[in-house]
Amino acid sequence: MSEANLPFIGAILLTVVGGAAVLTWFERRLLGIWQDRYGPNRLGPFGILQVAADMLKLLTKHDWIPPFADRFVFVIAPTAIVISMLMAFAVVPFGPNHYLIDMNVGLLFFLAMSSLAVYSVMLGGLASNNKYALLGGLRAAAQMVSYEVFMGLSLMGVVMLSGSFSLVDIVESQKDGWYFIPQFLGLYVFIIAGIAESHRLPFDLPEAEHELTAGFHTEYGGMKFTMFMLGEYCGLILLSCMITTLFFGGWLGPFLPPLVWFALKTFGFICFFILLRAAIPRPRYDQLMALGWTVMLPITLINLVATGAIALWMNQA
Amino acid sequence: MIEAFVSQIRTIWRILLHSFTKAETVQYPEQKPYLAPRYRGRIVLTRDPDGDERCVACNLCAVACPPDCIALQQGTREDGRWYPEFFRINFSRCIMCGMCEEACPTNAIQLTPDFEMCEYDRQNMVYEKEHLLINGTGKYHDYNFYRVSGLKIDGKDKGEAQNEAEPIDVKSLLP
Repeated sequence: MSEANLPFIGAILLTVVGGAAVLTWFERRLLGIWQDRYGPNRLGPFGILQVAADMLKLLTKHDWIPPFADRFVFVIAPTAIVISMLMAFAVVPFGPNHYLIDMNVGLLFFLAMSSLAVYSVMLGGLASNNKYALLGGLRAAAQMVSYEVFMGLSLMGVVMLSGSFSLVDIVESQKDGWYFIPQFLGLYVFIIAGIAESHRLPFDLPEAEHELTAGFHTEYGGMKFTMFMLGEYCGLILLSCMITTLFFGGWLGPFLPPLVWFALKTFGFICFFILLRAAIPRPRYDQLMALGWTVMLPITLINLVATGAIALWMNQA
Repeated sequence: MIEAFVSQIRTIWRILLHSFTKAETVQYPEQKPYLAPRYRGRIVLTRDPDGDERCVACNLCAVACPPDCIALQQGTREDGRWYPEFFRINFSRCIMCGMCEEACPTNAIQLTPDFEMCEYDRQNMVYEKEHLLINGTGKYHDYNFYRVSGLKIDGKDKGEAQNEAEPIDVKSLLP
């Protein structure tokens, strides 16, 4: 555990939540650029104050709970995603000395927390007592349970190579070479599974605004809706952080300070995920499931077996 | 399978190339879009080259109007000309279709390339004749209905209009 924890926790929370807020604007600007338009560019320099305007709007909206909803669960659901996503940031190593906890099961903690976030979506869909929300929740449950399977498995290659579940050790062991070269299959699967897990655009079937109005958060508005959105953007940041940590050497890099390297890499992946959103249309639900079970899972298993065999062979030699 | 993967990568690459294309957006309040001279915007009532109202209150525009936003009342002046006693267009209903302009036999009603008609009060969207009437001829500079029509008015009898033959007495057999 590093020194001066409370200020550091505050700094992480501020960065992540603030980053998620700014990301709502940044994503729209970036999507605008890729769709040959401007996006929100009116308020303040480059339109950055749009974030404040949106916040103000969401905060002052009527916080309504539909009379037919399951009140308790309806209120609890949006908080679950934010709490679990923020909890996961506890194990992310931002720099050689900039992490909250170096757990020896840090990777598992991350997987556990990102799995807990699924409850938020499922419960939200269930508690809304609404057909669209229920369908969204159903999709979320099936999609996330199936993608959970190989999300964990895809990371086992990294664990084998580094010999540790601790994220700090994983980064340290990448000094000789980042894992995205030997583990390119793992990276590919992890990216896909990560998008499905954070239900972002190519795989936002639980939301699917063209088919299900807004899916699981159809009945949500105001601050509760904001929580869902905040959770989703935190999930995006977390996913980018994890890809950086696990496959692209975390804070490692020449010349620049470690924190800057980490931020740069993470930022790059955030941009990449926004690019995916701009480029790739949403698959049909059965296509999504078929891709998961018939393509992704075999790839993961092949990767797992091959990595294991090579690791054993290298140890023998 | 491989093909699909390659296609996705290609899609991503081509979208990425759009970082370098210019945005199509017209930044409206600062940057005005080009409006063609025959753009269909705010409706005006024009005058003929002599400065008289062109409108003869025939009601064809009101009949042609799909959302029924034109209302007028016909009146007759002492010299025999028809004119609208009131002419009212409710722009909050108008769809700028231009049917009234097509229907108008005297080129009186015309659409102009102006669309900035925002109001805070809906009542202000109702334009009366004094708001609609302009001091010009609009798109057709030389046209004067009463000069070409066979209608008899003060100072112009039957057969005296432009390109009009003398009236024939149909009840007589004489050449």
